[in-house]
Amino acid sequence: MKKLSTSRVLLAVAAPIVAAVVSIVVSSFAVLASKKSPMDAYTTMWEFGTQAGSLFEVLNTATSYYIAAIAIAVTFRAGLFNIGIEGQLRLGALFSAYFAAKFVLPPVLHVLATFVIAMTVGGLWAAIAAYLKVKRGVSEVISTIMLNSLAVGLTSFLFAQYFAEIIEGSNNLTTKILPASAHIPDLMPLLNKFGVEDQPGGRVYGMLLVAIALGIAFWFIVNRTRFGFELRASGSNPIAARVSGVNSKKMTFIALVISGAIAGLAGLPTILGDTHSYTMGFKSGIGFSAIAVALLGRNGAVGMAISALLFGFLEVSSRALELIDIAPETYVIMQGSILLSSVIAYEVIRRYKITLQSKELAKVVTA
Amino acid sequence: MKTKATKLLLNATLLILVMSIIRLITGASDLTSIGTASAALLLSVPIVLAGLGGLFSERSGVVNIGLEGMMILGAWAGGFIGSKHGPWLGLAGAIFFGAVGALVHAIATVSFGVDHVVSGVAINIIAAGLVRYLSTILYQGGSWPGPSQSPDVGAISNNGLPVLSGGTYFGWKSPDILTPIAEKQWFFISDIASIIRGFTGDLSYVTAIAVAIVPISFFILWKTSFGLRLRSAGEAPIAAESLGVNVYLMKYSGVLISGGLAGLGGGFLAIVAANHYQENQVAGRGYIGLAALLFGNYRPGGILMGAGLFGFADALQLRDSAAIHALILLIVAILAYLVYRDVRKSNYLSAAISGVMSAGFMWFYLAVDVLPGQLVTMTPYIATLLVLSLASQRLRMPAADGIPYRRGGL
Amino acid sequence: MSVAVELRHISKRFPGVIANKDVSMSVETGTVHALVGENGAGKSTVMKILYGMQRPDGGEILVNGQAVNFKNPNDAIEASIGMVHQHFMLADNFTVLENIILGAEPKHGMTIDFAAARKRVADMSAAYGLDVDPDILVEELGVGQRQRVEILKVLYRGARILIFDEPTAVLVPQEVDDLFNALKGLRAQGMAIIFISHKLDEVLRVADDVTVVRAGSTVAQVKSKDVSARQLAELMVGSELPQPTTHGDTRRPEVTLSLKDVSVPTKSGSRDLISHISFDLQAGEVIGIAGVEGNGQAELVEAIMGLRDYTGQIEFKGENIDHYTVAHRHDAGIGLIPEDRQRQALMMASPLWENRILGHQRSKPVMRGFILDKKATIADTRLIMDEFDVRAPGPHTLAAALSGGNQQKFIVGREMSKAPALLVASHPTRGVDVGAQAAIWEELRRAREKGMAIVLISADLEELIGMSDRLLVMLRGAITAELNPQKTTPEQLGSAMTGAQ
Repeated sequence: MKKLSTSRVLLAVAAPIVAAVVSIVVSSFAVLASKKSPMDAYTTMWEFGTQAGSLFEVLNTATSYYIAAIAIAVTFRAGLFNIGIEGQLRLGALFSAYFAAKFVLPPVLHVLATFVIAMTVGGLWAAIAAYLKVKRGVSEVISTIMLNSLAVGLTSFLFAQYFAEIIEGSNNLTTKILPASAHIPDLMPLLNKFGVEDQPGGRVYGMLLVAIALGIAFWFIVNRTRFGFELRASGSNPIAARVSGVNSKKMTFIALVISGAIAGLAGLPTILGDTHSYTMGFKSGIGFSAIAVALLGRNGAVGMAISALLFGFLEVSSRALELIDIAPETYVIMQGSILLSSVIAYEVIRRYKITLQSKELAKVVTA
Repeated sequence: MKTKATKLLLNATLLILVMSIIRLITGASDLTSIGTASAALLLSVPIVLAGLGGLFSERSGVVNIGLEGMMILGAWAGGFIGSKHGPWLGLAGAIFFGAVGALVHAIATVSFGVDHVVSGVAINIIAAGLVRYLSTILYQGGSWPGPSQSPDVGAISNNGLPVLSGGTYFGWKSPDILTPIAEKQWFFISDIASIIRGFTGDLSYVTAIAVAIVPISFFILWKTSFGLRLRSAGEAPIAAESLGVNVYLMKYSGVLISGGLAGLGGGFLAIVAANHYQENQVAGRGYIGLAALLFGNYRPGGILMGAGLFGFADALQLRDSAAIHALILLIVAILAYLVYRDVRKSNYLSAAISGVMSAGFMWFYLAVDVLPGQLVTMTPYIATLLVLSLASQRLRMPAADGIPYRRGGL
Repeated sequence: MSVAVELRHISKRFPGVIANKDVSMSVETGTVHALVGENGAGKSTVMKILYGMQRPDGGEILVNGQAVNFKNPNDAIEASIGMVHQHFMLADNFTVLENIILGAEPKHGMTIDFAAARKRVADMSAAYGLDVDPDILVEELGVGQRQRVEILKVLYRGARILIFDEPTAVLVPQEVDDLFNALKGLRAQGMAIIFISHKLDEVLRVADDVTVVRAGSTVAQVKSKDVSARQLAELMVGSELPQPTTHGDTRRPEVTLSLKDVSVPTKSGSRDLISHISFDLQAGEVIGIAGVEGNGQAELVEAIMGLRDYTGQIEFKGENIDHYTVAHRHDAGIGLIPEDRQRQALMMASPLWENRILGHQRSKPVMRGFILDKKATIADTRLIMDEFDVRAPGPHTLAAALSGGNQQKFIVGREMSKAPALLVASHPTRGVDVGAQAAIWEELRRAREKGMAIVLISADLEELIGMSDRLLVMLRGAITAELNPQKTTPEQLGSAMTGAQ
């Protein structure tokens, strides 16, 4: 039935291509504005970004983005919008790093326990927004934004006042270093077997595998289970979902809490794979980039993986721009223009598809 | 109408009375000081402007989460243009930049039918990135003190209400009657005097203009045919179109006005509230403006009250954390009132929850002497959440708000 | 008499909907001219073209002898054409006055001159007998009053050519009489009235001329005094109209549904939306619920489905189901055809096979345990599409692409597929074409014979009388009468619905 005709393929790739073109045009103007050659900028980025060491970093960056994007997608599919990923992942990271350093468990169990702490904290934080939405009718968009600001204040307060220790000989603050049982080994031994060589200073975090597993689970649950169907039904037509027997309030609550729980994991790749503690330099903004990743990837498991990699690549490779005196922040322009143009392009194509289907239908009806 | 005004006046008086009592008990004199009132007004203005921006947009049927981004653009432009060409042109630039952000939002949502929240969030992400990029470029060029800060902008002068609150008019220096009364620390009377003095003295002209925009917005939206048509686009766009109203034009107007006001709010932050642009200056005020819009139930007067509340909380946390400590007592009082109301309505579960929360805050008040700084900065956000959780249920939003509209259906 | 409007060979192609192929009609001033045709024949499209909401692909429009080319409703309004829409085009949160003057506000300097507007509206109300309070919010008005506002809106703009799109669809017989009196008054003032309908007896009562369209083309323009309802019907469909009828008594002794003293209070608890409803429904029986819209029918459905809290008891197949959730009730064998199919029964942006799952996501064949069986679902969707004649390319077609009739047939098929013991059918044939209507009636008949109990809610009085074994009349949330459909005329039923005895 589903023919793989040229027009279908064209439709599927049209939006990303349009978005890419628009983004290249816009960022070229941005580079031109600082009186530099866009071509130089792109070749520099490409050469730097495709080095093995950079690619490792791209994967690591994408891992966090992907996990966080899945968290957002869970709510998107349910017709909700959890903008509070940033807060949830920060709290999850801080609490799990702090508490998991307080005990020792066998290796795998310890990591799992850390996950559980992070997910619980992230989920509980999201539960505030869920409660306000279900019981008090407060838009989750605004409440999660407020909770973000609160989480930032709360983490810096708890971190500075209670959770952190000063490292000898510097004025860096950090939580207690996690015992080895809570570390996730990197993937270099595995990659070596496939002929990938070690790079100085670069490793691929083991959390990558967790992210991939999460992606597969997300796809399966959303597309192939009753829960996933009810989630999507609440998103696509909440009234019809309720009439069909979906408890919409429960669904809203569950979706937000699950989202927060997954978000709790998104801060862990660096902590469990590299720093082994929550530090002052904990990367900020993952939760916001992840919104863009989720939107660009259309909340699909594969689409978000591709867009997470793309965002990671742009972010990492743009660092090389500094070498030729272009502001590395150019990547922000690229990401922004891709995001906006793709969102528009998707909508245009969605409408075009409906028109196309109606035409097909007209043929059937009049035949 | 008369009873409504009386009721409002009564409630305000009651609130001030409660605050004077708390001031007496806790000795937190900043709770009702001139400085606090004046700071509250200053801090309310950007939120009022953002809220009014939201009002125009949402009344025309377009949800505008992008207010935050438009404010960021406005703040940046205010700093950039203001430092080069003076504060007034800086404000004009802020309005223009905010409107440019809004134009993008309008194109995406009105012309292309993109989900309003998605487009708004995208604009926020882009605006934050764009200004950082621009600042970096300018910084590399030289005149900027740092990639996150603009050069200083010249000040816009202040004035006060004649006779009561000082000020200078054509060389005549007006007396300031209220300040001495406020300084007497008389129970209630001094409190009222200092609040009025705070609102009306040493006022930036921009603040006065911003406050004037509130009644002007009401006038435009409810008394002119442009306003009626704009609101019809948010209530029943198909009906409006059938009567020859150009719904697209109305939505574009609403969103553009929205962006201009939000941009002005951002410019105010950079030029009046501070004297330069700084990264993260907006800090969620666009969202708080939206919260004020919800609190005010999509009406200008309500927005003013909501914004005033947030401005007050913000002013207290900036000026004096002891006062925030005292404010906890106010929360206890409000919650206790809710318990009373729920018990009267025999809504016992709700009363129990409020009661427990009230007791919890009381305990917190007694247990902690001084609130740590990081927690104090959270006050406006907590206030937003609390207020929304109390206000959201009786909302009457425009009937077609957030629904993509397409001429001729489909 | 002069010709006010002339349409010449109008055509309009439109994806998914049958096009206007060739519509012509000529309307004289001072007459009521009916445009009849079945649902989907293209009546509304041609009127939207005349009103400037859509542009024709071909043909000519002449107003008072002048060729016109409307780009938007403004142009039509300019040419003194006005339209009273079938789905009221009113802003609920605006006052009556605001709704009327919108787009044509009298100004007083910068502001709207509300005083002048109020006076003009009051004058018009008096002149045409269309009484309504200008300062009340529209959301507080009943259906008949809303229609008055629509008419005032049109007159306010100085319309001399008035289009009424299915104006009686939402009215009870007494309100129809009021409307017709108003139409006659307008006609006497020299206005040209185009009256769109598919109810032929009404057409013959009020119209001077009749134009019949079928499948997008004009098939006849006649004087109403020269034709009978039967002749018009045959012109309309090219054959006889289907009749809603059932044969014989198929009632079985067992009681499928029993309501005992069921009440639904408002949220604040101040009053009842439905109060003390009790009735028994046997297997193989159709019970018709008659009533003006908004008299508690929707709440009754919601109570039966568990979508609303209620007091009293509901028993299903002898078992109390008060503690059942919505899902539980679906699974126990209660099927539902909700009144608003797009809002309550379909995910418009999803393919049909996913819509097949809705309401059935807890049972075979779509689910195996907690896992969705996509293959079986698609196969079953295809089965339903064949059996219920759902015209669409296949299970992957989006629900939004289907016509209303096909959407409805799909929903009926979906609910029938689980062979429910009880079907709650709310307006099952509203807005569908004659073919789909006949098919749906046939399905209900067959199910009834097999022992299904049916609660039928409808605004179509002939459908109610023809299909039901028993009629209950709801007024202000209570059952005020029980009637025997075989001894009830639509007029009697209409009187009972408004409480006039």
